[in-house]
Amino acid sequence: MAHNVMSNGRDSSAAMLDVQDITTFYGNIQALKGISLHVDQGEIVTLIGSNGAGKTTTLQTISGLLRPRTGTITLGGKLISDKPAHVVAGLGVAQAPEGRRIFNRMTVMENLELGAYSHGKPDPNDLARVFSLFPRLEERKTQIAGTMSGGEQQMLAIGRALMARPSVLLLDEPSLGLSPMLVDTIFQIIQDINAQGTTVLLVEQNALKALAVANRGYVIQTGQIVLSGTGRELLGNDMVRKAYLGED
Amino acid sequence: MEFNGTLFAQYLILGVTNGALIALIALGYTLVYGIVELINFAHGEVFMMGAFLSLSAVSAFGLVSGAGWAQIALVSLVAMLAAMLFSGALNWSIDRVVYRRLRSAPRLAPLIAAIGISFILQGIGIYWKGSTTILPPNLIPTDIRSVNILTDWLGLETRIRFRALDLAVILLTVPLLIALSWLVYRTRTGKAMRAVAQDRGAAALMGIDVNRTIATAFLVGGILAGAAGFIVAYYTNTARFQMGFRYGLFAFTAAVLGGIGNLNGAVLGGLIIGLVWSMSDGFLQTYIPWWGAQWTPLIIFGVLVLVMVFKPTGLLGEAVPEKV
Ligand SMILES: Nc1ncnc2c1ncn2[C@@H]1O[C@H](COP(=O)(O)OP(=O)(O)OP(=O)(O)O)[C@@H](O)[C@H]1O
Ligand SMILES: [Mg+2]
Repeated sequence: MAHNVMSNGRDSSAAMLDVQDITTFYGNIQALKGISLHVDQGEIVTLIGSNGAGKTTTLQTISGLLRPRTGTITLGGKLISDKPAHVVAGLGVAQAPEGRRIFNRMTVMENLELGAYSHGKPDPNDLARVFSLFPRLEERKTQIAGTMSGGEQQMLAIGRALMARPSVLLLDEPSLGLSPMLVDTIFQIIQDINAQGTTVLLVEQNALKALAVANRGYVIQTGQIVLSGTGRELLGNDMVRKAYLGED
Repeated sequence: MEFNGTLFAQYLILGVTNGALIALIALGYTLVYGIVELINFAHGEVFMMGAFLSLSAVSAFGLVSGAGWAQIALVSLVAMLAAMLFSGALNWSIDRVVYRRLRSAPRLAPLIAAIGISFILQGIGIYWKGSTTILPPNLIPTDIRSVNILTDWLGLETRIRFRALDLAVILLTVPLLIALSWLVYRTRTGKAMRAVAQDRGAAALMGIDVNRTIATAFLVGGILAGAAGFIVAYYTNTARFQMGFRYGLFAFTAAVLGGIGNLNGAVLGGLIIGLVWSMSDGFLQTYIPWWGAQWTPLIIFGVLVLVMVFKPTGLLGEAVPEKV
């Protein structure tokens, strides 16, 4: 069903994260109608699509907060789609969810420590890495997270996810609601994180920026993948240009 | 009329002791509410069951009259620990068997279930120890019960009674309050509890087992209620299947007064209600001849309504910054 821009579909069995034909429902409402995608080690893969397309549902299903009715998700070859969210997190999937969802009443430091919950204690190296990516968080260590600005909260949500030292980092619209300058900063940091070896699955409505930093991308529409290809290929695709980059 | 300092001090001691006990029970309401937003109406009965178990534990030891201090202290400790374990396990089981299944049900469902469980536990209480007020089995001899630290031990010239019994209540309660605060604010488990309280889904994304964390809150709340059960039974030297109602209601009120979900609030609320309770039950009577204990609930709930009207979140409850 999905139309691949690339000449031939590649074998996805060696992928770090492999999503195979999942369907997810909210009660009787079907939000995902057979989504397949894969993310290889070291890649930045982006999932773009308009409001209500099913991007967040896809990430929530990968993280185990929602259970797919059919289909499978594997991480490094290991089945994760039958496991609850806390187990999936422990296996190496971290997410900075839509709307940040940081722990408002706790300090910045406590939020970061919770990010490392699966490891027991936070690793000083992880903490140093997060603080070097987001110096602002180090300055605000003892501040109550809910009192920080929107941009700072987004940094905390990403930093918190990094504290888990994940095999795959899921980011759900990290640029939403940020000033243009901060959007650029966040995309730069996503590239830095990836350059340091973290595999990233990035959900975005800002298709232009997302495709510019991504190795590959998927376009999702009403619960289905309608297009996939390299970032460059998708940027040059007519349909993408019309629907997501606002050109006519 | 002149202020009677001695009498005031007397009721102050009584109020603080009662307040500490109410706080112990109030913490169970607030812990559970904080994490699942459920008013666990069965909590008072979990406290009563703890009291009952401690009585059985003491009977099992069969203390003879003339037992020494060390023996009394040992039996007390064992009976209290048994009550803590029992109430903790009971509260944990209630969550496991009933509330967990209702986690995503409409909020009225667990609330009604809680009221039902509360009556079921009262029934079990009647079956277990009868429906009348009972005298706990011998543990603390009368001469020790009435030891006044100020006159008998310190040799002070005073009419204020500060009994060894009052001191024992404080010595047993305060460490538990401190231990709880340590658990919640200093340990990994406590951090997980606070995370689940704030955002269950986000907590799960961190790798926190939400169901287990909620179960821990029930366990801990039950443990505190069990301790309070033992202490109240031997402090007041009575027990009754309905004892959970009054203490439970006052403790719940204390939790709301202090700001439900807030641990310090529960302790503050407990102290306030303990003090209002003792002052109204006794002290006021010396100034207002027609005053009596029957007016105490009126005062307590009057204070509650006043606080709610002027600060709906309770004394220490804060409006949470929910920024998007
Ligand atoms: N809790 C829910 N209950 C019922 N339907 C839901 C729920 N959450 C999402 N949906 C529906 O599922 C579909 C996919 O929603 P989803 O949140 O995954 O979209 P999205 O691509 O993330 O959109 P956005 O860009 O607005 O965040 C939508 O039609 C939405 O209305
Ligand atoms: Mg979304």
